[in-house]
Amino acid sequence: MVVTQPGELHEEHEHEHVHLPQHRHHFETEEQQREAASFGMWLFLLTEIMFFGGLFMAYLLYRNWYNPAFVAASHTLSIKLGALNTAILITSGFCMAMAVWAAETRKRKALVNFLGLTNFFGIAFLVVKYFEYAEKWHDSHIPGLKFSIADFGKLGVDMAQKTQVYYSLYFAMTGMHALHMIIGIVLIFWYMVRANRGEFTEGYVAPIENFGLYWHFVDIVWIFLFPLLYLIDLGAK
Amino acid sequence: MSDLHHDPANITNPEHHDHHIVGPSTYLVIYGTLLALTAITVAAAYVEMGALNPIVAVLIAVIKATVVILWFMHMKYQSKLLKLTIGAGVFTFLVLIAMTLSDYMSRAWGLW
Repeated sequence: MVVTQPGELHEEHEHEHVHLPQHRHHFETEEQQREAASFGMWLFLLTEIMFFGGLFMAYLLYRNWYNPAFVAASHTLSIKLGALNTAILITSGFCMAMAVWAAETRKRKALVNFLGLTNFFGIAFLVVKYFEYAEKWHDSHIPGLKFSIADFGKLGVDMAQKTQVYYSLYFAMTGMHALHMIIGIVLIFWYMVRANRGEFTEGYVAPIENFGLYWHFVDIVWIFLFPLLYLIDLGAK
Repeated sequence: MSDLHHDPANITNPEHHDHHIVGPSTYLVIYGTLLALTAITVAAAYVEMGALNPIVAVLIAVIKATVVILWFMHMKYQSKLLKLTIGAGVFTFLVLIAMTLSDYMSRAWGLW
């Protein structure tokens, strides 16, 4: 039995391994632990793909069924705010990528700052989203709560009612996306405190790395939501 | 963990890749690419292409997502196991779309 003290090199392996405090005993090596955690995170993201996938599937189907309603309703969204939010979220994703780099290169201050910037742009996204939702409230475009077909009279009553399907999906999809962002923002605050203590800049980067995967996944969901909800029916009359 | 049951030669994952660090210059290029593609997709939406509009929009979104996965999510530098994992996820999602749509379309033949 080889007894290894923390910090002591394990020499029988192909490359050298330092036993670090975060190394759990059921993993043979630090790499194995890191890869297992990364694999687990990707498996979780696969379930997320299927979760949002169901919503995308519903959107695809109803968009074909009630196309005139979807065209008219999508025209009530602000392309400017949607594009602005896309840029804000991409900027947030860039800061997150830089945070992972800062953790890997052991820059404690830079890591805390990049996490802060990631959070700043994440919150900015939600603020813009709030103004978009407020506009929907003002225009009575919220199914079940405050809805009127007044803006869609030319579709005929039946088809005008179907704009509620579009808005239901709009709020379900952007709302679920926003919920993911809120969870992420809370986690980032927690990671900022821990990063400030230097927990992730001594070689233990897995939490930051795996949180980055989550944050980028949420980015990707928006990358699809923006064209589908705002853009694709712009040219249709 | 006695040496009797422990083969040190067998614990290293043959798929193991050394931890690859992606630097700021790469991230900046990716960031610029994503912003440019956002501008392109907005501009393309204003061009009337009929049925092509949704196709172009989704195509650009797929390119953006691929760029994010490859560089921001480091997939380019990961093991085959992880590449296969994300591939399986995308494939399953496509099965969800294809099978559901083919069912709906075949039940209302001619109405699509």
